[in-house]
Amino acid sequence: MRTNSAGRLLAVIIAVLGALMLQVTVLPHFAWRVGGLGVVPDLVLLVVVATALATDTRYATLTGFFAGLVLDIAPPADHLAGRWALALTVVGYVIGRLAHDNTAEVARFEPDGLRRPPLALVLAAAAGASFVGTSVFALTGVFLSDADASVGELLPVALVALLLDVVAALVVVPAAWWLLRRLSADRAAQTQWARA
Amino acid sequence: MTLDTRPVRTTTPSQGSSGRRTPAREAEDRGRPSRSLVVALVLACAALMVVDKAGGDDSPIAPVRRVVGEVIGPVQAGVATVVRPVAGVPGAFRTNDSLREKVSDLEADNAALRIQLGKAGYDDQRLQDLEGLRAMAGDLGYALVPARVIAIGAAQSFSSTVTLDAGSDAGLRPDLTVVAAEGLVGRITSVTSHTATVLLIVDSSSAVGGRIGANKELGFVNGHGTLGEDDRLEMELADRNVVPKVGQQIVTWGSEGGSPYVAGVPIGKVTKVYESLRETSYRSVIAPNVDFTALDLVAVVVPSGTPGRVIEADGSLTP
Repeated sequence: MRTNSAGRLLAVIIAVLGALMLQVTVLPHFAWRVGGLGVVPDLVLLVVVATALATDTRYATLTGFFAGLVLDIAPPADHLAGRWALALTVVGYVIGRLAHDNTAEVARFEPDGLRRPPLALVLAAAAGASFVGTSVFALTGVFLSDADASVGELLPVALVALLLDVVAALVVVPAAWWLLRRLSADRAAQTQWARA
Repeated sequence: MTLDTRPVRTTTPSQGSSGRRTPAREAEDRGRPSRSLVVALVLACAALMVVDKAGGDDSPIAPVRRVVGEVIGPVQAGVATVVRPVAGVPGAFRTNDSLREKVSDLEADNAALRIQLGKAGYDDQRLQDLEGLRAMAGDLGYALVPARVIAIGAAQSFSSTVTLDAGSDAGLRPDLTVVAAEGLVGRITSVTSHTATVLLIVDSSSAVGGRIGANKELGFVNGHGTLGEDDRLEMELADRNVVPKVGQQIVTWGSEGGSPYVAGVPIGKVTKVYESLRETSYRSVIAPNVDFTALDLVAVVVPSGTPGRVIEADGSLTP
Protein backbone atom coordinates (compact mmCIF):
# COMPACT_ATOMS: atom_id res chain seq x y z
CA MET A 1 0.00 0.00 0.00
CA ARG A 2 1.26 3.43 -0.94
CA THR A 3 -1.04 5.35 1.39
CA ASN A 4 -0.24 5.80 5.04
CA SER A 5 -3.30 4.29 6.72
CA ALA A 6 -2.55 5.61 10.23
CA GLY A 7 -2.17 9.13 8.86
CA ARG A 8 -5.35 8.75 6.86
CA LEU A 9 -7.28 7.63 9.94
CA LEU A 10 -5.90 10.59 11.90
CA ALA A 11 -6.90 12.99 9.12
CA VAL A 12 -10.46 11.62 9.04
CA ILE A 13 -10.81 11.86 12.83
CA ILE A 14 -9.52 15.45 12.89
CA ALA A 15 -11.81 16.44 10.02
CA VAL A 16 -14.94 14.82 11.49
CA LEU A 17 -14.48 16.20 15.02
CA GLY A 18 -13.52 19.64 13.74
CA ALA A 19 -16.58 19.71 11.50
CA LEU A 20 -18.83 18.61 14.37
CA MET A 21 -17.52 21.38 16.65
CA LEU A 22 -17.97 24.05 13.98
CA GLN A 23 -21.43 22.76 13.14
CA VAL A 24 -22.89 22.93 16.66
CA THR A 25 -21.02 25.81 18.27
CA VAL A 26 -19.87 28.33 15.65
CA LEU A 27 -22.32 28.12 12.75
CA PRO A 28 -25.64 28.42 14.69
CA HIS A 29 -24.75 32.07 15.32
CA PHE A 30 -24.80 32.69 11.56
CA ALA A 31 -27.59 30.26 10.67
CA TRP A 32 -30.30 30.73 8.06
CA ARG A 33 -33.48 31.12 10.10
CA VAL A 34 -35.98 28.83 8.41
CA GLY A 35 -36.96 26.10 10.85
CA GLY A 36 -37.32 26.32 14.57
CA LEU A 37 -33.63 26.93 15.04
CA GLY A 38 -31.87 27.92 11.86
CA VAL A 39 -30.41 25.71 9.16
CA VAL A 40 -26.62 25.38 9.11
CA PRO A 41 -24.41 23.71 6.48
CA ASP A 42 -23.94 20.04 7.31
CA LEU A 43 -20.15 20.01 7.61
CA VAL A 44 -19.84 16.40 8.78
CA LEU A 45 -21.71 15.26 5.67
CA LEU A 46 -19.32 17.30 3.52
CA VAL A 47 -16.33 15.67 5.20
CA VAL A 48 -17.80 12.29 4.26
CA VAL A 49 -18.14 13.54 0.66
CA ALA A 50 -14.50 14.66 0.67
CA THR A 51 -13.48 11.24 2.00
CA ALA A 52 -15.44 9.56 -0.78
CA LEU A 53 -13.63 11.66 -3.40
CA ALA A 54 -10.15 11.38 -1.87
CA THR A 55 -10.16 7.70 -0.85
CA ASP A 56 -12.11 4.64 -1.94
CA THR A 57 -15.74 3.66 -1.52
CA ARG A 58 -15.07 1.18 1.28
CA TYR A 59 -13.27 3.77 3.35
CA ALA A 60 -15.97 6.36 2.66
CA THR A 61 -18.74 3.98 3.74
CA LEU A 62 -16.96 3.21 7.01
CA THR A 63 -16.20 6.91 7.59
CA GLY A 64 -19.86 7.73 6.96
CA PHE A 65 -20.97 5.15 9.50
CA PHE A 66 -18.68 6.32 12.28
CA ALA A 67 -19.12 10.04 11.58
CA GLY A 68 -22.89 9.53 11.70
CA LEU A 69 -22.52 7.66 14.96
CA VAL A 70 -20.64 10.61 16.48
CA LEU A 71 -23.33 13.00 15.22
CA ASP A 72 -26.00 10.76 16.77
CA ILE A 73 -24.41 10.52 20.17
CA ALA A 74 -22.59 13.81 20.82
CA PRO A 75 -24.66 16.49 22.57
CA PRO A 76 -27.03 18.22 21.73
CA ALA A 77 -28.35 15.18 19.77
CA ASP A 78 -31.59 13.87 21.24
CA HIS A 79 -33.04 11.82 18.38
CA LEU A 80 -32.85 8.02 18.05
CA ALA A 81 -29.24 6.89 17.72
CA GLY A 82 -28.39 5.38 14.34
CA ARG A 83 -30.40 7.75 12.14
CA TRP A 84 -27.50 9.93 11.03
CA ALA A 85 -25.27 6.82 10.96
CA LEU A 86 -27.57 5.22 8.39
CA ALA A 87 -27.89 8.45 6.40
CA LEU A 88 -24.14 9.05 6.20
CA THR A 89 -23.35 5.37 5.47
CA VAL A 90 -25.66 5.62 2.48
CA VAL A 91 -24.05 8.94 1.48
CA GLY A 92 -20.52 7.49 1.69
CA TYR A 93 -21.47 4.44 -0.34
CA VAL A 94 -23.51 6.23 -3.01
CA ILE A 95 -21.08 9.11 -3.57
CA GLY A 96 -18.10 6.74 -3.54
CA ARG A 97 -19.66 4.40 -6.07
CA LEU A 98 -20.91 7.17 -8.37
CA ALA A 99 -17.64 9.08 -8.28
CA HIS A 100 -15.34 6.11 -8.74
CA ASP A 101 -17.40 4.16 -11.26
CA ASN A 102 -18.53 6.95 -13.56
CA THR A 103 -15.79 9.55 -13.55
CA ALA A 104 -12.57 8.90 -15.39
CA GLU A 105 -10.74 11.71 -13.59
CA VAL A 106 -11.37 10.31 -10.14
CA ALA A 107 -10.19 6.86 -11.11
CA ARG A 108 -7.03 8.42 -12.52
CA PHE A 109 -6.13 10.70 -9.66
CA GLU A 110 -6.72 8.06 -7.07
CA PRO A 111 -3.48 6.01 -7.23
CA ASP A 112 -0.95 8.86 -7.37
CA GLY A 113 -2.95 11.40 -5.42
CA LEU A 114 -1.70 14.48 -7.25
CA ARG A 115 -4.79 15.94 -8.87
CA ARG A 116 -7.63 17.70 -7.14
CA PRO A 117 -11.19 16.68 -8.02
CA PRO A 118 -12.76 19.12 -10.52
CA LEU A 119 -15.04 21.80 -9.08
CA ALA A 120 -18.15 20.65 -10.93
CA LEU A 121 -17.74 17.18 -9.49
CA VAL A 122 -17.38 18.55 -5.95
CA LEU A 123 -20.54 20.66 -6.27
CA ALA A 124 -22.55 17.83 -7.80
CA ALA A 125 -21.37 15.41 -5.14
CA ALA A 126 -22.22 17.88 -2.34
CA ALA A 127 -25.69 18.55 -3.73
CA GLY A 128 -26.43 14.84 -4.20
CA ALA A 129 -25.03 13.94 -0.79
CA SER A 130 -27.01 16.67 0.96
CA PHE A 131 -30.24 15.58 -0.70
CA VAL A 132 -29.68 11.87 0.00
CA GLY A 133 -28.45 12.42 3.55
CA THR A 134 -31.19 14.80 4.70
CA SER A 135 -33.89 12.69 3.04
CA VAL A 136 -32.70 9.43 4.60
CA PHE A 137 -32.47 11.11 7.99
CA ALA A 138 -35.90 12.71 7.69
CA LEU A 139 -37.55 9.55 6.35
CA THR A 140 -36.19 7.34 9.14
CA GLY A 141 -37.64 9.90 11.55
CA VAL A 142 -41.03 9.68 9.86
CA PHE A 143 -41.00 5.86 9.80
CA LEU A 144 -39.93 5.52 13.42
CA SER A 145 -42.25 8.40 14.41
CA ASP A 146 -39.30 10.10 16.09
CA ALA A 147 -40.01 13.55 14.66
CA ASP A 148 -43.68 14.21 13.96
CA ALA A 149 -43.14 16.80 11.24
CA SER A 150 -44.91 16.29 7.92
CA VAL A 151 -43.25 16.07 4.51
CA GLY A 152 -44.46 19.57 3.70
CA GLU A 153 -42.52 20.92 6.67
CA LEU A 154 -39.42 18.85 5.95
CA LEU A 155 -39.10 19.92 2.33
CA PRO A 156 -38.23 23.65 2.71
CA VAL A 157 -35.63 22.84 5.37
CA ALA A 158 -34.10 20.16 3.13
CA LEU A 159 -33.94 22.56 0.19
CA VAL A 160 -32.29 25.35 2.18
CA ALA A 161 -29.88 22.80 3.63
CA LEU A 162 -29.03 21.66 0.09
CA LEU A 163 -28.28 25.23 -0.96
CA LEU A 164 -26.10 25.92 2.08
CA ASP A 165 -24.29 22.59 1.69
CA VAL A 166 -23.37 23.38 -1.92
CA VAL A 167 -21.98 26.78 -0.90
CA ALA A 168 -20.09 25.35 2.06
CA ALA A 169 -18.73 22.54 -0.12
CA LEU A 170 -16.65 25.11 -2.02
CA VAL A 171 -14.52 25.52 1.10
CA VAL A 172 -15.01 22.40 3.19
CA VAL A 173 -14.46 19.68 0.59
CA PRO A 174 -11.12 21.07 -0.73
CA ALA A 175 -9.96 21.66 2.87
CA ALA A 176 -10.82 18.14 4.01
CA TRP A 177 -9.40 16.71 0.78
CA TRP A 178 -6.14 18.58 1.34
CA LEU A 179 -5.95 17.36 4.96
CA LEU A 180 -6.51 13.75 3.89
CA ARG A 181 -3.90 13.97 1.16
CA ARG A 182 -1.42 15.76 3.37
CA LEU A 183 -1.53 13.27 6.22
CA SER A 184 -2.04 10.05 4.25
CA ALA A 185 0.46 10.62 1.42
CA ASP A 186 3.22 11.60 3.81
CA ARG A 187 5.07 8.32 3.82
CA ALA A 188 4.72 7.81 0.07
CA ALA A 189 6.29 11.21 -0.52
CA GLN A 190 9.13 10.40 1.84
CA THR A 191 9.96 7.13 0.07
CA GLN A 192 9.92 8.92 -3.25
CA TRP A 193 12.32 11.52 -1.87
CA ALA A 194 14.57 8.75 -0.57
CA ARG A 195 14.64 7.12 -4.00
CA ALA A 196 15.52 10.35 -5.76
CA MET B 1 -28.30 0.46 -4.01
CA THR B 2 -26.40 -1.20 -6.81
CA LEU B 3 -25.53 -4.83 -6.34
CA ASP B 4 -22.14 -6.12 -7.32
CA THR B 5 -22.97 -8.78 -9.88
CA ARG B 6 -19.51 -9.54 -11.22
CA PRO B 7 -18.02 -12.99 -10.61
CA VAL B 8 -15.97 -13.42 -7.45
CA ARG B 9 -12.24 -12.97 -8.00
CA THR B 10 -10.12 -16.08 -7.47
CA THR B 11 -7.68 -15.73 -4.59
CA THR B 12 -4.77 -17.33 -6.51
CA PRO B 13 -4.44 -15.69 -9.92
CA SER B 14 -2.66 -17.88 -12.50
CA GLN B 15 0.77 -16.73 -13.57
CA GLY B 16 -0.05 -16.51 -17.27
CA SER B 17 -3.04 -14.21 -16.99
CA SER B 18 -1.56 -11.66 -14.58
CA GLY B 19 -1.38 -8.97 -17.25
CA ARG B 20 -5.04 -9.24 -18.13
CA ARG B 21 -6.32 -6.70 -15.57
CA THR B 22 -5.21 -3.12 -15.77
CA PRO B 23 -3.80 -1.52 -12.60
CA ALA B 24 -6.55 1.08 -12.54
CA ARG B 25 -9.17 -1.62 -12.66
CA GLU B 26 -7.56 -3.46 -9.77
CA ALA B 27 -7.29 -0.31 -7.67
CA GLU B 28 -10.96 0.29 -8.24
CA ASP B 29 -11.86 -3.23 -7.17
CA ARG B 30 -9.73 -3.02 -4.07
CA GLY B 31 -11.54 0.10 -2.90
CA ARG B 32 -15.02 -1.27 -3.27
CA PRO B 33 -16.72 -2.44 -0.08
CA SER B 34 -17.87 -6.03 -0.10
CA ARG B 35 -21.60 -6.54 -0.10
CA SER B 36 -21.43 -8.11 3.34
CA LEU B 37 -19.77 -4.99 4.79
CA VAL B 38 -22.47 -2.70 3.42
CA VAL B 39 -25.23 -4.99 4.65
CA ALA B 40 -23.53 -5.25 8.05
CA LEU B 41 -23.30 -1.47 8.43
CA VAL B 42 -26.92 -0.90 7.41
CA LEU B 43 -28.07 -3.62 9.79
CA ALA B 44 -25.95 -2.09 12.54
CA CYS B 45 -27.73 1.26 12.04
CA ALA B 46 -31.12 -0.43 12.04
CA ALA B 47 -30.28 -2.41 15.17
CA LEU B 48 -29.10 0.75 16.91
CA MET B 49 -32.33 2.59 16.06
CA VAL B 50 -34.50 -0.32 17.22
CA VAL B 51 -32.56 -0.73 20.48
CA ASP B 52 -32.74 3.00 21.20
CA LYS B 53 -36.45 3.17 20.36
CA ALA B 54 -37.39 0.06 22.34
CA GLY B 55 -35.35 1.15 25.35
CA GLY B 56 -37.20 4.46 25.64
CA ASP B 57 -35.87 6.59 28.47
CA ASP B 58 -33.44 4.03 29.89
CA SER B 59 -32.06 2.73 26.59
CA PRO B 60 -28.55 1.26 26.50
CA ILE B 61 -27.50 4.22 24.32
CA ALA B 62 -27.98 6.70 27.18
CA PRO B 63 -24.76 5.75 29.07
CA VAL B 64 -22.80 5.99 25.79
CA ARG B 65 -24.29 9.43 25.14
CA ARG B 66 -23.28 10.46 28.63
CA VAL B 67 -19.67 9.31 28.20
CA VAL B 68 -19.33 11.05 24.83
CA GLY B 69 -20.90 14.17 26.34
CA GLU B 70 -18.32 14.15 29.16
CA VAL B 71 -15.57 14.31 26.55
CA ILE B 72 -17.14 16.67 24.00
CA GLY B 73 -18.96 18.97 26.44
CA PRO B 74 -15.87 20.78 27.78
CA VAL B 75 -14.52 21.22 24.23
CA GLN B 76 -17.83 22.73 23.14
CA ALA B 77 -17.77 25.06 26.14
CA GLY B 78 -14.26 26.19 25.20
CA VAL B 79 -15.16 26.81 21.57
CA ALA B 80 -18.32 28.68 22.61
CA THR B 81 -16.29 30.98 24.87
CA VAL B 82 -14.06 31.88 21.94
CA VAL B 83 -16.95 32.29 19.50
CA ARG B 84 -19.30 34.37 21.64
CA PRO B 85 -17.53 37.74 21.19
CA VAL B 86 -16.96 37.11 17.47
CA ALA B 87 -20.62 36.21 16.91
CA GLY B 88 -21.63 39.55 18.39
CA VAL B 89 -19.69 41.54 15.78
CA PRO B 90 -22.46 41.70 13.09
CA GLY B 91 -24.76 43.26 15.71
CA ALA B 92 -22.40 46.23 15.97
CA PHE B 93 -22.98 47.16 12.33
CA ARG B 94 -26.57 48.30 12.53
CA THR B 95 -28.08 50.76 10.14
CA ASN B 96 -29.42 54.11 11.26
CA ASP B 97 -32.91 53.04 10.21
CA SER B 98 -32.93 49.96 12.37
CA LEU B 99 -31.73 52.02 15.32
CA ARG B 100 -34.50 54.59 14.75
CA GLU B 101 -37.03 51.81 14.58
CA LYS B 102 -35.66 50.43 17.80
CA VAL B 103 -35.97 53.84 19.50
CA SER B 104 -39.63 54.16 18.51
CA ASP B 105 -40.30 50.60 19.68
CA LEU B 106 -38.70 51.34 23.01
CA GLU B 107 -40.70 54.56 23.38
CA ALA B 108 -43.89 52.59 22.85
CA ASP B 109 -42.73 50.05 25.41
CA ASN B 110 -41.99 52.85 27.84
CA ALA B 111 -45.49 54.23 27.50
CA ALA B 112 -46.97 50.81 28.12
CA LEU B 113 -44.81 50.36 31.19
CA ARG B 114 -45.91 53.76 32.55
CA ILE B 115 -49.51 52.66 32.30
CA GLN B 116 -48.63 49.48 34.15
CA LEU B 117 -46.92 51.54 36.82
CA GLY B 118 -50.16 53.44 37.27
CA LYS B 119 -51.90 50.22 38.12
CA ALA B 120 -49.11 49.13 40.46
CA GLY B 121 -51.07 49.84 43.62
CA TYR B 122 -53.67 47.29 42.66
CA ASP B 123 -50.99 44.79 41.69
CA ASP B 124 -49.28 45.31 45.05
CA GLN B 125 -52.51 44.43 46.76
CA ARG B 126 -52.78 41.27 44.73
CA LEU B 127 -49.16 40.46 45.38
CA GLN B 128 -49.77 40.65 49.12
CA ASP B 129 -52.66 38.26 48.74
CA LEU B 130 -50.44 35.92 46.80
CA GLU B 131 -47.71 36.13 49.42
CA GLY B 132 -50.23 35.18 52.05
CA LEU B 133 -51.39 32.22 50.01
CA ARG B 134 -47.85 31.17 49.47
CA ALA B 135 -47.05 31.24 53.16
CA MET B 136 -50.13 29.14 53.77
CA ALA B 137 -49.26 26.56 51.16
CA GLY B 138 -45.81 26.12 52.69
CA ASP B 139 -42.53 27.28 51.37
CA LEU B 140 -42.57 26.61 47.64
CA GLY B 141 -39.40 28.62 46.90
CA TYR B 142 -37.14 27.41 44.15
CA ALA B 143 -33.52 28.21 43.46
CA LEU B 144 -31.97 28.79 40.05
CA VAL B 145 -28.72 27.45 38.62
CA PRO B 146 -27.42 29.90 35.98
CA ALA B 147 -26.03 28.35 32.77
CA ARG B 148 -25.08 29.37 29.26
CA VAL B 149 -26.03 27.79 25.95
CA ILE B 150 -22.91 26.30 24.36
CA ALA B 151 -24.23 24.26 21.42
CA ILE B 152 -27.37 24.42 19.29
CA GLY B 153 -28.83 21.60 17.20
CA ALA B 154 -29.31 22.24 13.48
CA ALA B 155 -32.77 22.55 11.97
CA GLN B 156 -31.96 19.61 9.68
CA SER B 157 -32.26 17.33 12.71
CA PHE B 158 -35.93 18.41 13.05
CA SER B 159 -35.64 18.44 16.82
CA SER B 160 -34.96 21.61 18.78
CA THR B 161 -32.30 20.92 21.38
CA VAL B 162 -29.47 22.93 22.92
CA THR B 163 -26.60 22.11 25.28
CA LEU B 164 -25.95 23.99 28.54
CA ASP B 165 -22.58 24.33 30.25
CA ALA B 166 -23.81 23.04 33.62
CA GLY B 167 -24.42 19.40 34.46
CA SER B 168 -24.83 16.93 37.28
CA ASP B 169 -21.89 18.53 39.13
CA ALA B 170 -24.02 21.67 39.53
CA GLY B 171 -26.93 19.60 40.84
CA LEU B 172 -28.85 19.18 37.57
CA ARG B 173 -30.73 16.05 36.56
CA PRO B 174 -33.18 15.17 33.77
CA ASP B 175 -36.71 16.64 33.90
CA LEU B 176 -35.86 19.98 35.45
CA THR B 177 -37.37 23.22 34.15
CA VAL B 178 -35.15 25.61 32.18
CA VAL B 179 -36.09 29.29 32.12
CA ALA B 180 -34.67 32.51 30.69
CA ALA B 181 -35.23 36.02 32.01
CA GLU B 182 -38.23 36.34 29.67
CA GLY B 183 -39.94 33.01 30.37
CA LEU B 184 -40.00 29.26 29.86
CA VAL B 185 -37.28 27.70 27.68
CA GLY B 186 -37.76 23.93 28.03
CA ARG B 187 -36.78 20.95 30.11
CA ILE B 188 -33.60 18.94 30.57
CA THR B 189 -33.62 15.54 28.86
CA SER B 190 -30.15 14.27 29.74
CA VAL B 191 -27.11 15.39 31.71
CA THR B 192 -23.39 14.67 31.88
CA SER B 193 -21.16 15.93 34.67
CA HIS B 194 -20.54 19.27 32.92
CA THR B 195 -23.28 19.60 30.31
CA ALA B 196 -27.02 19.19 30.01
CA THR B 197 -29.20 18.71 26.92
CA VAL B 198 -32.40 20.77 26.85
CA LEU B 199 -35.51 20.04 24.78
CA LEU B 200 -36.99 23.43 23.86
CA ILE B 201 -40.75 23.96 24.16
CA VAL B 202 -40.91 24.82 20.43
CA ASP B 203 -39.91 21.23 19.57
CA SER B 204 -42.75 19.32 17.95
CA SER B 205 -42.61 16.58 20.59
CA SER B 206 -42.96 19.04 23.48
CA ALA B 207 -46.25 19.49 25.35
CA VAL B 208 -46.51 21.80 28.33
CA GLY B 209 -49.48 22.21 30.63
CA GLY B 210 -50.40 25.88 30.47
CA ARG B 211 -53.06 28.16 31.85
CA ILE B 212 -54.33 31.56 30.83
CA GLY B 213 -53.03 33.96 33.44
CA ALA B 214 -56.17 36.10 33.51
CA ASN B 215 -58.83 33.45 34.07
CA LYS B 216 -56.88 30.36 35.12
CA GLU B 217 -58.27 28.22 32.29
CA LEU B 218 -56.15 25.12 31.67
CA GLY B 219 -54.84 23.84 28.38
CA PHE B 220 -51.92 22.25 26.61
CA VAL B 221 -49.22 24.20 24.81
CA ASN B 222 -47.69 22.18 21.99
CA GLY B 223 -44.50 22.98 20.15
CA HIS B 224 -44.76 23.32 16.40
CA GLY B 225 -41.14 23.05 15.40
CA THR B 226 -42.03 24.58 12.04
CA LEU B 227 -41.51 27.56 9.82
CA GLY B 228 -42.22 31.16 10.67
CA GLU B 229 -40.99 33.43 13.39
CA ASP B 230 -44.06 33.94 15.53
CA ASP B 231 -46.34 30.90 15.21
CA ARG B 232 -44.30 28.24 16.84
CA LEU B 233 -46.50 27.36 19.84
CA GLU B 234 -50.13 26.31 19.84
CA MET B 235 -52.50 26.03 22.77
CA GLU B 236 -55.64 24.00 23.08
CA LEU B 237 -57.90 24.66 26.06
CA ALA B 238 -59.50 21.92 28.09
CA ASP B 239 -62.78 23.82 28.38
CA ARG B 240 -64.40 24.11 24.97
CA ASN B 241 -66.57 27.06 25.87
CA VAL B 242 -63.79 29.43 26.79
CA VAL B 243 -62.53 31.72 24.05
CA PRO B 244 -58.97 32.93 24.59
CA LYS B 245 -58.36 36.60 23.85
CA VAL B 246 -55.49 38.06 21.88
CA GLY B 247 -52.83 39.45 24.21
CA GLN B 248 -53.57 37.22 27.17
CA GLN B 249 -50.49 35.90 28.95
CA ILE B 250 -50.00 32.13 29.23
CA VAL B 251 -48.14 30.68 32.23
CA THR B 252 -47.22 27.09 33.11
CA TRP B 253 -49.69 25.09 35.07
CA GLY B 254 -47.04 23.02 36.83
CA SER B 255 -46.44 19.31 37.17
CA GLU B 256 -46.53 17.20 40.29
CA GLY B 257 -43.42 17.91 42.38
CA GLY B 258 -42.29 20.63 40.00
CA SER B 259 -40.86 18.15 37.51
CA PRO B 260 -40.56 18.53 34.57
CA TYR B 261 -42.27 21.97 34.74
CA VAL B 262 -42.77 24.20 37.77
CA ALA B 263 -45.91 26.32 38.01
CA GLY B 264 -46.26 29.99 37.13
CA VAL B 265 -43.49 30.49 34.59
CA PRO B 266 -44.64 32.77 31.74
CA ILE B 267 -44.69 31.02 28.34
CA GLY B 268 -45.97 33.62 25.90
CA LYS B 269 -48.87 35.75 24.65
CA VAL B 270 -51.91 34.77 22.60
CA THR B 271 -51.54 36.27 19.12
CA LYS B 272 -54.23 34.50 17.11
CA VAL B 273 -57.33 32.51 17.96
CA TYR B 274 -59.16 30.21 15.61
CA GLU B 275 -61.91 27.67 15.87
CA SER B 276 -61.06 24.08 15.12
CA LEU B 277 -64.18 22.73 13.41
CA ARG B 278 -63.21 19.09 13.70
CA GLU B 279 -62.52 19.15 17.42
CA THR B 280 -65.15 21.82 18.22
CA SER B 281 -62.70 23.71 20.39
CA TYR B 282 -60.64 26.88 20.14
CA ARG B 283 -56.96 26.74 19.35
CA SER B 284 -54.73 29.71 19.93
CA VAL B 285 -51.34 30.58 18.55
CA ILE B 286 -48.87 31.63 21.21
CA ALA B 287 -45.92 33.94 20.57
CA PRO B 288 -43.25 32.71 22.99
CA ASN B 289 -41.71 35.29 25.32
CA VAL B 290 -38.26 33.82 24.74
CA ASP B 291 -36.39 34.39 21.48
CA PHE B 292 -35.22 30.82 20.86
CA THR B 293 -32.84 31.77 18.10
CA ALA B 294 -30.89 34.08 20.41
CA LEU B 295 -30.66 32.05 23.60
CA ASP B 296 -27.62 32.67 25.75
CA LEU B 297 -27.93 33.01 29.53
CA VAL B 298 -30.59 30.72 30.98
CA ALA B 299 -31.30 29.23 34.41
CA VAL B 300 -32.38 25.81 35.63
CA VAL B 301 -34.97 25.57 38.39
CA VAL B 302 -33.68 23.38 41.25
CA PRO B 303 -34.99 22.72 44.75
CA SER B 304 -33.96 25.36 47.28
CA GLY B 305 -30.83 24.44 49.21
CA THR B 306 -29.02 22.75 46.33
CA PRO B 307 -25.27 23.01 46.93
CA GLY B 308 -23.10 24.90 44.45
CA ARG B 309 -23.52 28.19 42.58
CA VAL B 310 -27.23 28.99 42.79
CA ILE B 311 -29.49 32.03 42.96
CA GLU B 312 -31.76 31.43 45.95
CA ALA B 313 -35.47 32.25 45.93
CA ASP B 314 -34.92 35.36 48.08
CA GLY B 315 -32.48 36.76 45.52
CA SER B 316 -29.26 35.96 47.38
CA LEU B 317 -26.39 34.40 45.44
CA THR B 318 -24.53 31.51 47.08
CA PRO B 319 -21.03 31.12 45.71
